[in-house]
Amino acid sequence: MGQSLSVRKLEAWYGSNQTLKGINMEIIPNQVTAIIGPSGCGKSTFVRCINRMHETLPGTKVKGEIILDGESVYDQDPVALRKSVGMVFQKANPFPSMSIYENVVAGLRLNGMKSKQKLQATAEKSLRMAALWDEVKDRLNYSGMSLSGGQQQRLCIARALAVEPSVLLMDEPASALDPIATTHIEELIRQLKENYTILIVTHNMQQAARIADSTAFFLNGELVEHGPTSDIFTNPHDKRTEDYITGRFG
Amino acid sequence: MRQSLNEGQQILTNLLIDMGKKVEDILEGCMESLKSLDRSKAEFWIAQDQLVNDFERQVDDECVRLIATQQPVAKDLRKIISAMKISTDLERMADLATDIAKVVRRIEGPLCKPLVDVPLMAEKALSMMSQGLEAYSNEDMTLAHNLSAQDDEVDHLYKQVVRDLLVIMSEKPDNLDQGMYLTFVGRYLERIADHATNIGENVIYIATAERKDLNK
Repeated sequence: MGQSLSVRKLEAWYGSNQTLKGINMEIIPNQVTAIIGPSGCGKSTFVRCINRMHETLPGTKVKGEIILDGESVYDQDPVALRKSVGMVFQKANPFPSMSIYENVVAGLRLNGMKSKQKLQATAEKSLRMAALWDEVKDRLNYSGMSLSGGQQQRLCIARALAVEPSVLLMDEPASALDPIATTHIEELIRQLKENYTILIVTHNMQQAARIADSTAFFLNGELVEHGPTSDIFTNPHDKRTEDYITGRFG
Repeated sequence: MRQSLNEGQQILTNLLIDMGKKVEDILEGCMESLKSLDRSKAEFWIAQDQLVNDFERQVDDECVRLIATQQPVAKDLRKIISAMKISTDLERMADLATDIAKVVRRIEGPLCKPLVDVPLMAEKALSMMSQGLEAYSNEDMTLAHNLSAQDDEVDHLYKQVVRDLLVIMSEKPDNLDQGMYLTFVGRYLERIADHATNIGENVIYIATAERKDLNK
């Protein structure tokens, strides 16, 4: 099942440039939460803080609290944390030298799983959850790079699911895909929320509107508004949100 | 594919069907109150109109939500726009039905003529509404087109009702008030049938994007 996330007074810097300025946000488990906002508003930094990737870059700094299911992420080992908080990136990034199967089980192997039977079972389960199994079951030994862009992205989702996270972070997961592949990914996200808490960063407001249960609008490192998606897109409370979603700035 | 949009459209269809059933209850109830000149029944059904207004708001809200969040285009968009228009037609039908019950407030009994054609008009108008909603639900163009001929039958009955009432009123001026109110009832039922043809017109618009007048 997905886990709740509670973000309190989160601030983040790249050198002297403050990109997040005190974000407070409750993320509901088993829902899709979309983060929207113009370039540079801090939305990618926000999700990268959740699995502590932001702090891996030189010159960065983070303040505040992120509570995952009652425990601060800063009290957890980052590697263990990234098992429970999976991430899918804008550009599909299968490991180029690995087969489809090897890509899916790579995380499990790193975590010491050796049983061939368990690896195979998890690979199938993850590929099924990523709605890719039927398309690849007869060519699991082919290179991951042999797949189409949309399939590669679903492979990356399967890879993230294989380590059984409770939260899935997605940073523009469909921005490099055609409309058909995008629809596949969006339907997949809808299904995955039954088992995962999903945060999706997207430039595409229409995509946020289609798939998210709640939507948060970021601007200049601040959270302007967060609420049910249908409210944000029909009756936003803040004029800046309305101006952004109606295309009047940004 | 587009599961959220499909689910939303199904919600709209279900809402419209439930709304149609409520309109049917109200019109049947209002006609009963007219036949028996039962003012307490009439008041009951007049109050029920609020439930149909609530349905209309629910349909509007769902349409707005779907347009804002699902970006429907082509047939999907036509179906959502048409759902809004159909709910307005159903809401108007319920208003007209309760106008019949409001006539009961004003008529002093007994009735100046047995009601034969007027209940028949109500029956036909209700049948047209049900067929219109079935046509919407199943995208049944034939059913939608058939509404035109049925509307002509209701128009014909309305003219008959007016002729009969004119004779009664001219023969006995004491019946003038009641005759006038019953003419109004005929007019309300004729308008209800017109709204049912609008549902058919929307079904044709959804399927073909063409505007067809079924009420000539």
